Amino acid sequence: MSKNTALKNKARLELKDGSVFEGTVFGYHSSTAGEVVFNTGMVGYPETLTDPSYKGQILVMTYPLIGNYGIPDFNINDDIPEYFESNRIQIQGLIVSEQSELFSHWTAFQSLSNWLKKFHIPGLFGIDTRRLTKILREHGTMLGKIIIGEDNVGYYDPDVENLISKVTIIKKEKYGKGSSKILLIDCGCKKSILTNLLQRDVTVLRVPYDYEFSDEDFDGVVISNGPGNPAVYKQLVSSTQKLLKRQVPILGICMGHQILSLAAGAKTYKLKYGHRSQNQPVKEVDSNKCYVTSQNHSFAVDTKSLPRGWEPWFENLNDYSNEGIRHEKLPFRSVQFHPEAAPGPVDTSFIFDEFLKDLK
Amino acid sequence: MKHKKVLIIGSSALKIGEAGEFDYSGSQAIKALKEEGIFTILINPNIATIQTSDYLADKVYLLPINTHYVERVIKKEKPDGIILGFGGQTALNCGLALHREGILKKYKVQVLGTQIDAIENTEDRQLFCNKLSEIDVKFPQSKAVTKVEDAIQYAEEIGFPVIIRIAYALGGLGSGICRTKNEVKKIASKALSYSSQILVEEYLEGWKEIEYEVVRDKYDNCITVCNMENIDPMGIHTGESIVVAPSQTLSNNEYHKLREIAIRTIRHLGIVGECNIQYALDPDSEDYRVIEVNARLSRSSALASKATGYPLAFVAAKLALGYGLHELPNSITKTTKAFFEPALDYIVIKVPRWDLKKFRLVKRKLGSSMKSVGEVMAIGRKFEETIQKAMRMLDIGVEGLTASRTKVEFEELEEALKNPTEERIFAVIQALKQGYSIDWVHSLTHINKWFLYKIQNIVNIEKKIGNHKSISKELLLEAKQHGFSDRQIANLLGKDAHDVYLLRKKYSITPFIQHIDTLAAEYPAKTNYLYLSYNSTIHDFDFNLKDSVVIIGSGPYRIGSSVEFDWCCVNTGKTLRELGYKTVIVNCNPETVSTDYDQSDALFFEELTTETIWEIYDAIKPKGVIVSMGGQTPNNLALKLHKIGIKILGTSPQSIDKAEDRSKFSAMLDELGIEQPEWSKLSTLQDALVFANKVGYPVLVRPSYVLSGAAMAIATDDIELTKFLQKAVDVSPESPVVISKFLVNAKELEFDAVAQNGKIICSAISEHVENAGVHSGDATLVLPAQRTYLETIRQIKKFSSDISKSLNINGPFNIQFLAKDNKVKVIECNLRASRSFPFISKTLKKNFIEVATRVIVGKKVEVIPDNIYSLDYVGVKAPEFSFTRLEGADPTTGVEMASTGEVACLGDDFDEAFLKALVAVGYRFPIRSIFISSGTIESKSELLEPARQLIKLGIIFYATPGTAKFMKANDIPVETLEWPISGKSPNSIELLKSGKIDLVINIPKNFQEEELTNDYLIRRTAVDYKIPLITNRQLAMRLAEALSNKNPHNLTIKSWDEY
Repeated sequence: MSKNTALKNKARLELKDGSVFEGTVFGYHSSTAGEVVFNTGMVGYPETLTDPSYKGQILVMTYPLIGNYGIPDFNINDDIPEYFESNRIQIQGLIVSEQSELFSHWTAFQSLSNWLKKFHIPGLFGIDTRRLTKILREHGTMLGKIIIGEDNVGYYDPDVENLISKVTIIKKEKYGKGSSKILLIDCGCKKSILTNLLQRDVTVLRVPYDYEFSDEDFDGVVISNGPGNPAVYKQLVSSTQKLLKRQVPILGICMGHQILSLAAGAKTYKLKYGHRSQNQPVKEVDSNKCYVTSQNHSFAVDTKSLPRGWEPWFENLNDYSNEGIRHEKLPFRSVQFHPEAAPGPVDTSFIFDEFLKDLK
Repeated sequence: MKHKKVLIIGSSALKIGEAGEFDYSGSQAIKALKEEGIFTILINPNIATIQTSDYLADKVYLLPINTHYVERVIKKEKPDGIILGFGGQTALNCGLALHREGILKKYKVQVLGTQIDAIENTEDRQLFCNKLSEIDVKFPQSKAVTKVEDAIQYAEEIGFPVIIRIAYALGGLGSGICRTKNEVKKIASKALSYSSQILVEEYLEGWKEIEYEVVRDKYDNCITVCNMENIDPMGIHTGESIVVAPSQTLSNNEYHKLREIAIRTIRHLGIVGECNIQYALDPDSEDYRVIEVNARLSRSSALASKATGYPLAFVAAKLALGYGLHELPNSITKTTKAFFEPALDYIVIKVPRWDLKKFRLVKRKLGSSMKSVGEVMAIGRKFEETIQKAMRMLDIGVEGLTASRTKVEFEELEEALKNPTEERIFAVIQALKQGYSIDWVHSLTHINKWFLYKIQNIVNIEKKIGNHKSISKELLLEAKQHGFSDRQIANLLGKDAHDVYLLRKKYSITPFIQHIDTLAAEYPAKTNYLYLSYNSTIHDFDFNLKDSVVIIGSGPYRIGSSVEFDWCCVNTGKTLRELGYKTVIVNCNPETVSTDYDQSDALFFEELTTETIWEIYDAIKPKGVIVSMGGQTPNNLALKLHKIGIKILGTSPQSIDKAEDRSKFSAMLDELGIEQPEWSKLSTLQDALVFANKVGYPVLVRPSYVLSGAAMAIATDDIELTKFLQKAVDVSPESPVVISKFLVNAKELEFDAVAQNGKIICSAISEHVENAGVHSGDATLVLPAQRTYLETIRQIKKFSSDISKSLNINGPFNIQFLAKDNKVKVIECNLRASRSFPFISKTLKKNFIEVATRVIVGKKVEVIPDNIYSLDYVGVKAPEFSFTRLEGADPTTGVEMASTGEVACLGDDFDEAFLKALVAVGYRFPIRSIFISSGTIESKSELLEPARQLIKLGIIFYATPGTAKFMKANDIPVETLEWPISGKSPNSIELLKSGKIDLVINIPKNFQEEELTNDYLIRRTAVDYKIPLITNRQLAMRLAEALSNKNPHNLTIKSWDEY
């Protein structure tokens, strides 16, 4: 590498509070902006980067070595990508300590860098990610931008946007041949929610988040994960209220959990720096059952605001924030964590079984 | 909690496969129990451990760990619970035996934590496989057989290669890989001699080897605290592998698939507490096999604990008492709970430390059984940074993975890659340096290419630096970020390390202190657990360590430096904290208690090198550094650290140098009128021969520097001396040898003491049972000395006092003396704590380290009067050898240390303490038959009286032809056995294999390096068939006397405090 290229590859991450981190570009060479968040997962970068809930965010990986096992082949033509959570990279930008240009794995098809390039996503390596993480922890999640060369861009706040509209499915789609029919409201649905349902032998009708479903016939509803601030999606909350009136079994996951809570009349608030990791401990309320869960969210449901008839189902063992709610009598339940895992531990896949039991 | 009195079983002496990690786990368990107000009783004869300290368990029994002794302790103490999971395989096996013999039931002792049936389900291979089948978990195809023919048949059925193992074995003992029918025959026969049943299994060559540490509570809550990936894939025992945490080459699917299987398996087995599960994972698919589950704390759990900061042993003990994970706090963050899985934002690499070169005839090839004696753990933010740190931590003379002044090179490179020895990693480096492709190296080693790419990066940087005579700021930073030490860079540039240091300072390139907090900075941590990295840009560290005291630890356990020095460091820290000092520990050994999170105000898990200690010193600005507690490794740093301006506390570095430098030391002794065996430093063979003839043979030869290997030898004539100097070492002006007169039939004594301003404050004299010629670390020590003349003791005290004054000692020291005909000579003097400090401190019940620590920080201490004449008991320390594990090694003792651990027992007299200590290191009584080969004529006659004593006890003697003839001539009934290679019957080997021999006494004829094949075969067979072996005449004599005086089955059971 000549000195000129080396200089050309220098780039920086600027945070709204004025902090600047210098690093080297990999992936696509183009400046970008978004909300800077950190994830402490040690495996699963192909899944993480394709999780639609990261829409609008610049992702910092706290694990220092990323890209070791490369990136599998995308199979972009398939409906359901095998190793990814959606069929594109969803993050705005990636920040790592070290990226492995050389990789080794039987599923590997290309390097992380190459993959980012294909999706026009910039990455920065050589960043002291621990220092950065501590700033984000202390100040809370912050807006930031990756600046490459002189190509400056403005800050971008994804919270005020309708991000779901950017990641939801375009038109409804049907999967599976099971006897029960599940309406899956796609707010930026991770592939693994769909596959977890299909493994349990149901028919899934996956619909856009603003789909008018009053004419559809279904036995249960799953409201998926998705990016952004739940309070922005007023329409979705009111259509969920209609579902509650229909008393059809509902399972909310992540954003779906927040939407269901809002529909029930509870309140949500923004966490200081969110939960993004694969080691979030949750405990079932009033029991001794604990689970390690995968999480990715900025907003949380305020347990105290739950209306009568609803009860907290799970709580976070680290900060005691709400991790799930359910109705005392009716078949409505939701979880803040990801029972479909991917990436992360599969301890809570029983949540799908519980939901399907409600259908009977 | 319902239990009031709980018995904890320790792991006895350190041995290959069971080392210091169980001092860590046992100590944590005791703390966890004490916190609950439970009365704790510990049985462990390993006197050098922290767990046998007076401030931990309420009662300590320094007794052998077997059902006989444990039952007697249970009968006496009446505990209501017993803990088996914290003392390694020794404790687990003892627990199973107690259960089988109905002892636990008889005394109503409840097993805490994982129950007996669950332990049996993990330990018995067939039961284990049955349990796995019940939950559709895959394991290697395998069959239990009892005959060699059946083993061959099954191997042919599933296809080669196959692996043969035995159930209930420490660290893979007796197992081996077979690629041919003949190999099955050989290994199966041997394995069947240990166990009536062996297993023949499919061998998963080249598969990744992955481990998970799993914790489960009684509510069925289950977490995996850490996973680890072996860089050396299947085929090399995990204790012999370089291991990285977390796994580096696993995808999310693989990681979580194995995690889910781990949890499913552990739940099904019903483990409560901690366990370890090992997998083989196909590198070309998601296919896997479960290899084994260890239903106890293990070496891996100690490693995982240190790698993540998660206090596994402490938590496991609490779970055994009935707590749930969510009910226990995360002691690192204090704000979160024990129910969570650590997220690492760094990489950890463990590298084993071997000492194979110390053993004659040992097979150096690594395989499915363990040979390493210790390990180091390095932490960094890049693989390259971390592995290079680890190589330096090993303390084997290399300065990193490459670019060392000491070269490890191979002529047969392909062979070195294909058939791994302990040096294979250097073969990998050599191959990449010579330009061989990664594909080629991978095809021979099966090491995952990702690791090879990283090693290639190191090679590339080395080349980049080597191509220039100067180094740019960018390249210097890059090199430091990839783990190059100043010394390595200096080597490449042909400069001095200090020049590189100065250049770094000019460019402001320094490492930054980083935290280990279990949560990748997600929550603020209260931890004091630290490492250094050049891949950081700011100190992540905000507490004040000004005026703290830094204690340099002992580094990896190895032959000659082991848990005893950790005991010293921990006690130093404890005393300092009691005196109100803040303490900082620097160490790199994950098996230690000193690296526990609660032992210091700050723990640097770091290299014990001048460069690193300097950086730490600069960053924290402590009051000073203590180098006299961690054995020879820190002691060697004293002068270097002093020269760069680091304040050394205690005895001055100049004095340390005066004691370490032979010429300076001799000059001082001459001045004081103290004798030492004649010696000289020689740089040619001719000079060596002239000197040896002048002083007279035998002589002791000590090369100046040998890489982690055999160093010393005794030569009895010109031929031997020539051979040794030509074969084993190069003699040259650059590396001279030291030759000293070797005194035959001299007594050896240890003087351990603490002095203040040169005045001795407290001291202890212990005598060796064996005459000089057996390394002090392999000798059986007796305190107080029982067979030493008063005049000898008087001279020792006088000389020691003179030496102490002359060196103005301020702290601990040890002098080794030779005594012959009431004349005393000095062998050597170490101005540091010695191996025997825990033994003397605990036997005399005064903590020499505590006294020494007070001295070191300048507190005035009073002279502690000698109480040895009022002691009404005796302490005996005995060595533990791991010869069984070191295939092929000649099991003899000599001037090079060979033991891996030690025990010490107390008794009302020498005989009692001696017999207990022997049982604790594996001797079994009663002895009904002895096979003797009594060595030289002098030795033969000396052993006549002991033989007569033993005959009176009804013991039958067998002997080799010469010995038998001599015994018969002296009217001692004996049966003659033919020499092994004579081909005649009755042959010695046949009888040894028959199981009819209870003890082998084989006294080597002389000090020759090359022993007669016959004697070697007898010794080796004894060890392979687990027959106790004595190779020292004095030891045999003391045993005969002890057995004549005492019934080994009726020795007193007293706790330490009852003496």
